Formats: sequence, C-alpha cells, structure tokens
Amino acid sequence: MKNLKALIKPFLLIGVISMLTGCSDKIAVLNPQGPVARSQYHLIIWSLIMMSLVLAIVLILFVYVLARFGRKKGDGYDPNDTGNRKLEIIWMIVPVVICVLLAVPTVKTLFTLNHPPKATAASSAIAGKTLTIDVTSVQWKWLFRYPDQKIETVNYVVIPAGTPVKFRLHAYDAMNAFWVPELGGQQYTMTDMPMKLWLQADKPGNYTGRSSNYSGRGFAHMTFTVMARKANDFDSWARNVKDNKPALTHEKYMELLKPDTVKAQAFSSYPEIVSKNLNEAQMKALMNGESIDTDSSMDGMNMDDDSWKGGHNND
Amino acid sequence: MIESIKSFMGWFFVTGDPMIYGADASIALVSIGIVAVLTYFKKWKWLWDEWLTSVDHKKIGIMYILAALLMLFRGGIDALMMRAQLTLPNMHFLDAEHYNQVFTTHGTIMIIFVAMPFIFGLMNIAVPLQIGARDVAYPFLNALSFWLFFMGAMLFNLSFVIGGSPDAGWSSYAPYAGAEMNPGVGQNYYLLGVQISGIGSLATGINFLVTILKMRAPGMTLFKMPMFTWSILITSVIVVFAFPAFTVALALMTIDRLFGAHFFTIAAGGSPMLWANLFWFWGHPEVYIVLLPVFGIFSEVIATFAHKTLFGYAVMVWSMVAISLLSFITWLHHFFTMGNTAPVNAFFSISTMLIAIPTGVKIFNWLFTLNKGRIQFTTPMLWALAFIPNFTIGGVTGVMLAMAPADYQYHNSYFLVAHFHSTLIAGTVFGIFCGLHYWWPKMFGYMLDETKGKWSFWIFMISFNICFMPMYFLGLMGMTRRMYTYPAGLGWTPINVVMTIGAVGMGVGFALIAYNIVWSAIHGNKDKTGDPWGGRTLEWATASPAAEYNFAHIPEVSTRDAFAAMKEDKGVFTTKTAKPYEPIHMPNNTGIPVIMATFMFIAGFGCVFEWYWMAVPGLIGIVICMIARSFVYDDHHYISVNEIKRTEAGTGRLS
Amino acid sequence: MTHSLLSLNEKDRSKMPLEYSTEEGDLRIVGFWIFLAAELVLFGTLFGTYLVLQSHTAGGPTAKDLFEIGPVMAETIVLLVSSFTCGLSTIELRRHNKKGLIGWLIVTILLGLVFVGLEVNEFYTYAVHEGAPLSRSAFLSGFFVLLGTHGCHVSLGIVWIIGILLQLARRGITPVTARKAFMVGLYWHFLDVVWIFIFTAVYLTGLVI
Repeated sequence: MKNLKALIKPFLLIGVISMLTGCSDKIAVLNPQGPVARSQYHLIIWSLIMMSLVLAIVLILFVYVLARFGRKKGDGYDPNDTGNRKLEIIWMIVPVVICVLLAVPTVKTLFTLNHPPKATAASSAIAGKTLTIDVTSVQWKWLFRYPDQKIETVNYVVIPAGTPVKFRLHAYDAMNAFWVPELGGQQYTMTDMPMKLWLQADKPGNYTGRSSNYSGRGFAHMTFTVMARKANDFDSWARNVKDNKPALTHEKYMELLKPDTVKAQAFSSYPEIVSKNLNEAQMKALMNGESIDTDSSMDGMNMDDDSWKGGHNND
Repeated sequence: MIESIKSFMGWFFVTGDPMIYGADASIALVSIGIVAVLTYFKKWKWLWDEWLTSVDHKKIGIMYILAALLMLFRGGIDALMMRAQLTLPNMHFLDAEHYNQVFTTHGTIMIIFVAMPFIFGLMNIAVPLQIGARDVAYPFLNALSFWLFFMGAMLFNLSFVIGGSPDAGWSSYAPYAGAEMNPGVGQNYYLLGVQISGIGSLATGINFLVTILKMRAPGMTLFKMPMFTWSILITSVIVVFAFPAFTVALALMTIDRLFGAHFFTIAAGGSPMLWANLFWFWGHPEVYIVLLPVFGIFSEVIATFAHKTLFGYAVMVWSMVAISLLSFITWLHHFFTMGNTAPVNAFFSISTMLIAIPTGVKIFNWLFTLNKGRIQFTTPMLWALAFIPNFTIGGVTGVMLAMAPADYQYHNSYFLVAHFHSTLIAGTVFGIFCGLHYWWPKMFGYMLDETKGKWSFWIFMISFNICFMPMYFLGLMGMTRRMYTYPAGLGWTPINVVMTIGAVGMGVGFALIAYNIVWSAIHGNKDKTGDPWGGRTLEWATASPAAEYNFAHIPEVSTRDAFAAMKEDKGVFTTKTAKPYEPIHMPNNTGIPVIMATFMFIAGFGCVFEWYWMAVPGLIGIVICMIARSFVYDDHHYISVNEIKRTEAGTGRLS
Repeated sequence: MTHSLLSLNEKDRSKMPLEYSTEEGDLRIVGFWIFLAAELVLFGTLFGTYLVLQSHTAGGPTAKDLFEIGPVMAETIVLLVSSFTCGLSTIELRRHNKKGLIGWLIVTILLGLVFVGLEVNEFYTYAVHEGAPLSRSAFLSGFFVLLGTHGCHVSLGIVWIIGILLQLARRGITPVTARKAFMVGLYWHFLDVVWIFIFTAVYLTGLVI
C-alpha cells in the first residue's frame, strides 16, 4: 500500500472538484480524521484511480469511434467486422485484472477493520487502552452509555483522541445507522442483533455524526456530535459529568424513549434497566410484568463480549 | 349520524393540505373529462371492443406504454417536489411526513410502475414480431398480466387521496414498516398494490419465456435470435426465479400487519433482518430485470444505425447469461453494514465486482459495433450513444460501492443515490426512450419528429448530468438519502441548488417528449414502408402498424439479422411469392382479464382497509372468473383469405 | 391459439399422447412446468423463512411441544395415496378410458378433502386448544403460513379438479380436456412433493430437535 501514496499525490481531480465546491474539508469522507476512516479513504482513492482509468479508456474509444465513423462520408465502413476473438479475450482479461487489484485491498481492509486501531495517545485513566461506549438509537435520538464511567449522554459523545473506541450499537425501535464520516464508515443499529464498530480520532476536534438509515418523521434531525478530547480532558469531563449532572431517573429514561427529537444532554448515572439494552417489545413486556424472552433472536441482551456479533467480531 | 359520516370522510380521504385538494380536484376533473369525451363521441363500445378486451400483444404493448408514461409523469412530479423541498436548507415546502410519502411513492412508482411496464410494453410490441410469431404463447394471460399491473398501479396511486400514502421507503425496511411503528393504511397500499402487479409480472415472465422458446419462426435457432429477444428470454428467466420470493416477502409482511403474525416484528421473535434478505433477494435481480432488456434495445439500435451486425454476438449473449446468474448471488451488497462477518462481506464484494466483467465486455462490444460502422445520428441512436458514457459512470461507481469497507462510507448517502440513478436513468430511462422512438412507427404507423426528439434528448441528457453528477460529492460530504431537510452551513446548499436546476431541466425534457408525441400524432410523417429506419430484424419486415396477424406468411429465417439478409437477397421477403394465403387462426377478445383484475382491485382495496366484507367477495369474484375462463371453449376465430388479401392490399405493400 | 411452426411437424405430433397432440396443448404444458418452477421458488422462500424462524419461539410452545406423530402420519398417508390415485387417473387418460379417469379423479378429490379436513383439525387444535395461534411467535407464524399455503394449494386443486370433471363429463376426452386433466395431475404430484419436504423439514426435524 506504500506506493499508493505516490499515486494519490498526482491525483488532482479531487482537489479541483473540492475547490469548485468550496472547501475541501467539507467533503467529510475525503477528510479522514482517524485510522478507520483513513483506511477506507485509501481504498476509495485507489478505486477512484482504477475506475477513472476505465472510464478514460471508454471515453477515449467512444470519442474516437464517433469522430472517425460518425462523418457523412462513411469511409472506413466495413460491415463484415463482426467479431474479433483476440480483442474480446483482451477486454475480458483486463476487467478481471482490475477486479483482482480492487478485491485484494478490499478483503485486506475488511479483516483489518475487525481489529481495534492502534492507539496513538497514552490514555491516563482508561484502563486497557480502549474505551467502550454503548449506543442506542431511539426514534429520533442517540443515547450513549459509558459502562465504565457509569454516565450517559444524549446526542453527543465525548471520546479521548488517539484511543480506540468500541461502539456497541443497538436499536430500541426502528433500524438506524451510526455514521461519523470523518472517523469511519457506518454500521446499522438493530433491535435483534447488536453490532460493534471500532472508531478512533487522531486529534481533538468535533465531528458530526448522523443516522443514515431512514427511520421516520424526525430522521433528518437525528444527528449527534462526536467530541474528541485529549485523554486528560476526557477524564476531567467524565468526572465533571459524574459530579455535576443530574441522574437519569427511570421516569426520565422512559420519557427519552418516546418518539421525538431532544436536545443534547448528559447524566451522572442511569437506571439498571438501561444496561440490559432492551428493545421496545421487551421494554413493554417488562412494564407489563411479563418475563422477557431470551431466545436466540435476542443474544444482544447479554453483555458478554462474545455475543456481540457484527462486522467486526473477531477482535 | 352526520358527525360520524364527517369523521369517517375525514379519516377516509386525505385532508388538510391544499396540494392534496388540488390533486383531488384534478383527478376528479380528469375522470369526468374522460367519461364525458367517451360518452360524447360514443366511444365506449370502441374502447371496450378494441382495447379493454383486446388480447393482441401490440395493443397490450401500447396500453402498457401509455400507462407507464402516465406513471412516469406522476413519479417525475414526486421527484420535482423532493428537489423543490431540498433546494435550500430549512425549506417548508413539504413537511417531513409529506416528504417521506413522496420519496416512497417516487421509488416504488419508478421501479414497479414505470420501468417494468415500459419494458413489458416494448417487449410486447417487439418480441413476437422479431421472432416471426403471430402472438405470444398465452394471449389471454398476457391481457390479464397487463390488467393486473394496471389495477395494482391504480390501487397504489389511490393512496394519495384515500387513506394516505405509504412512507417507509420503496424498500420498506422492517420494523419501521410494521404495524407497530407505521399504523394506518399507507403501507398496506404499498404491499397490495405491488403484490397485484407483481403477480402480473410473474405471468409475463412465464409467457415470454414460452413464447421465445417455442414460437420462433422456422430456421430461427436460439443463436440467430435478435439480441433484444435474447435479453427478454434471459430477463424472463430472472423474473420467474426472483418474483416468487418477492410475492412471499410481501405476503408475509401483509400477514404481519393484518393478522398479527411475527415475521418481521421486533416482538415475539420476529426478524427484521429477514425482510432485508427476502426483499433484496428479489430486489437485486430486479435491477437486471429492468437493465438487461435495455441492453437488448441498445444492441438493436446501435447495430441498426451503425449499419453493421452486432460485434461479438455470442459473447454478448453469454455475458447476459453470466449477469443473470451473478444477479442472484449479490443481494447482500445492499446491506454490507448489517453486521455480516468479514468473510461473508468479502464473498459478496467479490461476486458484485464480478458483474463488472460481463458488463464491461458488453460496453466494448457496443463500441466495436460502432467502430468501422456508418453511424447515423437519429434520435434513438442518440439515446443509445449517450447510454455508453453515462452508464459507464454508473457502472464504475457501482464497482466502488461493491468494495465493502468503502461502502461503509457510501451506504445510504447521496453517493449511493447518485449511483443508482446513473444506472437506472442512463440505463433504463435512456433505454425506454430509445425504444420508444425506435419502435414508435411500428406501433402507430407514423414517426416521432426528429428535430423535437433531438432537442428533448439533449435537454434531458444534459440536465440529467447537471442533476446527478454533483450528487456524488454531496454523498461524500455526508448528506444521507431520505432527509427531508438539512441545516445551513454544511456546504451542501450550492450543490442542492444545482441539482434542482438539473431536475427541472429533466422535467422540461420529458415535457418536450410528451409534446412531440402529441405534435407527431397530428403532423408526423407516415411510415408507409414498414421499415423507416433500415431495420435488420423481422419486426421491420411487416407493415407499420402490423396487421392483427402480424405476418400474412410466417417468414423463414436462415441467418442472424434476418431482415437485413432478406433485403440484400432481394425477392425472399416480398409478398409476391407464389404461396397462397391460408386462413389464420387467432384468439378471440375477452373481457375476463379486465373483470378479473377489477375483482383483484376490490379484494386489494378491502385488504388495505381490513374490510373483509369487501375483500372476500373480491376473492370469490377472482375464482369465479377463473372457473368461467376454464369453461370457455370457443376462444378463437379464423381470419379468412379474402380478409388477409384486403388487409395486405390496404398497407400498400402488396407489390 | 396462434403459433408459428413448432419443432415438431404434424406427423410426429399425431404419435404423441393426446394432451401433447396439439401445438396449443404442448405450449400450455411447457408453460405449466415453468409455473411449477416458480412455485418451487415460492415454497423454497417459505421453507427458508420457516427454518430461520424455527427456533424463535419467544417462550411459547416449540415444535416438540406441539407436533404429534399420529395425525401427521395420517395426513401424509392420505396425501401420498391421493397422489397415487391421481397417477392412476393419468394412466386411464392415456388409455382413453373416460370412466376410469373420472373415477380416479373423484377418489383423488375425496382423499384431498380428507387431507384438508385433517389439516384444518390440526390447525384448530394448535390455535385454540394449545394456545398457539400464528400471532404467538415467529415460529408459529412461519409454521402456519408455510402449511397454510400448501393447504390452500390443495384446496384450490380440489376446485380445479371438480371443474375438469364437469368438462370431462360433458365433452369426453378431447385434446383440450386431456391436457387439463394431465396438468392438474402435474400440479397434484407437485403438492405431494412439497408435502414430503414439509414432513421432513417441519415435522420430523421438529419432533427430533
């Protein structure tokens, strides 16, 4: 992948377009701010180069053929030119080669994304050098729970820069998708299969996240901010929330679960029920005093690591 | 009493929006107008005898195309409404609920009620003529297919004024589309409207598969068939194997919503992911159901106007076969982000990329058909030529989307929206416009005006690029599909403004096509030869429009591009041959298909509102129609030799 | 029906069985085979759905709790025998024996009716007596819809055979009635094959696992 960087530099098309559209940092996907987004960015640029090549060949041939044989005179007309085994084999092999050139880095990246990115900043208080955050999508808001810090935030999430963060994704009701384009690609949030997404920010900064899977009326407003902070700042922020923010009471939590949009907020604690990652049906059953079923479709209730399936499950 | 009627009306009819009242009024006015015109000119009998009861594939094709054009208008209005709402940040032209309904109906209508019926229309027009047959294998079933599509479309469109439109997206992902989160009748309209027309599509697939396999003119072996016929043969196979899965998926969600089952619900062990799998197991092959036929159209048109036979015929056929097989093992690429393990995503990434190989081969074969040709820039040819670069852009971005880790960044963003419009507009829409202009004289006996045709082409094609090229960057900037609005300050505004301008341009292009149709109906050049373009295949060997029986003598075929060969080899094709005419055996018209489809509509409407007193009689009506049909033995007639002589003389082609 | 020349000429055709003796009969039978292929995909999708949801019992009754081998064996035997008698009717058709054909078709629909009756009784027992209706769990939704679809097909087949019986009685064995009787036979055997899959994939695995 090293020679890749050399190829990226002369690739000015993107630069030109970004100048046309304003400022390059507005094209979030092409402005990666973390290792996950960067590996995807490399893949995107590599495929863009290969595909531009293909497009260029087609366009050159297209223009040549029209210019040469579109004239009224009709010279060079040869109605018996109906096939050419050699040529046809060539344009069957070339796409095969291109597919191989694209498939190899694709598969490599797929398996790389299974593992946490390499931490770049020393973390002070974060044990094990990774941070776990449980994400629940609710119509139409995002709930973030810090199981180690025992705090909860809504519609914004603070992470230590340079530390791999494991987002465990889960939906309370409709299916949504958790996407922070500058930090990395998305994964769905679902009621019947929790998933895991590794992300990491290179440096402190604010990054916009949004749901990318339609979930109803308030969907367009389902955004959140990822605030990457220096490790020490993260620790003091967490302490501050613990000390100064209100507790998330059961009543308040039930309030949050109603389909609506809400403001960003933080809580110093959460009720025990939250950590069960219940979905809407299970919550209703629980409220009615029924036992909630624990059969196969609901593995995710169990917070045991092995049961967290998903795109990145072999770390 | 009056109060309860009032409250029922308020619930039954969609209320509260001036746009809806406008639509109500215009629908009422148009309906009254149609009834008045038909009554005034005493055309009811004509309509019934000549059209509603017709089993003639050519008339059914025309009805498909007219209905599809109407639906294209509706879908296009939806698109313009969405673009109007998104032009600037924080607009209030539509609210979230309306916007959600509009993108749902736009997607559903464009795929199910425009792309498919338009293609079915063109294949009805062209395939039996191309293979030298007198009709399709099952003319009755063909009429039934059309009426099922038509009634399904009407049922779906009724949701706009009665009860409320669906708003879960054309892919209707569970659990959002389930009764819990999406109460009301809108989603029921989607499920039943699409189901009814889907049954018709399955029947069409079977019909054309048998027609092409069993009814070709003598001498036309499989590898002498025109490429469009090949594309329809392969498409029919895909229809037969993909549609039943969709029938089941729709039925299961209907049962979930109407009878409280738990296939896709959150509760009681339902699996929302199962819906995604079933939907796309049909949905991906569906993409090729609407693409392969236009590949066929482009092959015909490019060969005709390059004045060459198609380059690499066998490879063209085998690449379509390869695409059809691969189309069944790529469905998972629609949800790479649904938590599949890395090996699974790797498999589907690679299988998806593989589709690029046969598709690329086809692009090069088209380019080499043009090479050493004598290219003639007619309107159909312009659409076909524009397809090559524009579709290639859609194709290469498709390969980019196939790379799963990169797809995590593109998925559900405007990058994806741009990609599938690049393939579906530059492929399917360019293709159906191409076929429309190409076969119009065969359908109606006069040409569409070339100047207006070319203007509409350039306006539509350039506007398409203005609308959709910027969209790729909008996706990379993080704008996701199905957002009804967006805040200012993200840098999205200029791109959205440009896109809206492009969309309006496409609307103008379409309006010009519509105007051209009306203008040419009055002033268009008559096609007296039956072969206005210098065609290469058999549909041009008969009069325009073709007589009821298509060919007075069934042509005999000895080579590919059969008609081109006949013309070179003068004398073979003229009807001056010594052979006498024989009486021709043709199917009778029948009212059963339209009546049966009407019962289907009644049953469907009953199910939408869960009014079983209405649904059950509808279903009984369907069974009675089937039984009635089974007892009809007198279902054909003979066209006498004298009548054939008269008809052939009337075309002026009896030299 | 309209048609171009088919691959067979008329001389070859006259040696074919009656149902294939006209071009129209030939076309319809080919189309019906393709229809059965589509039906196969339809049932395949339902089987797939059932197998995915089989374990999703949501705390409700499982397959093992519900299924009893007795009634299931009865249904199986009745349907298999009906398939056999349907086969006999096709043999009588080939012999141009109208009485035999009608007789065996009547036996077939009687057995079909017994099958439907047994199945309705089974459904009723589950849904009402055992408290396991389709809305109880995803597993039961899958079960009732898969078997219900098959049962509806059998019921429709019975109506279809009755229609053909009336036509046979009135018109005798002609190329058209022969084709219809032959096609309904194909349909009936197809439903039998589907049942064998149901018996294995639903009942046997359900009783064992």
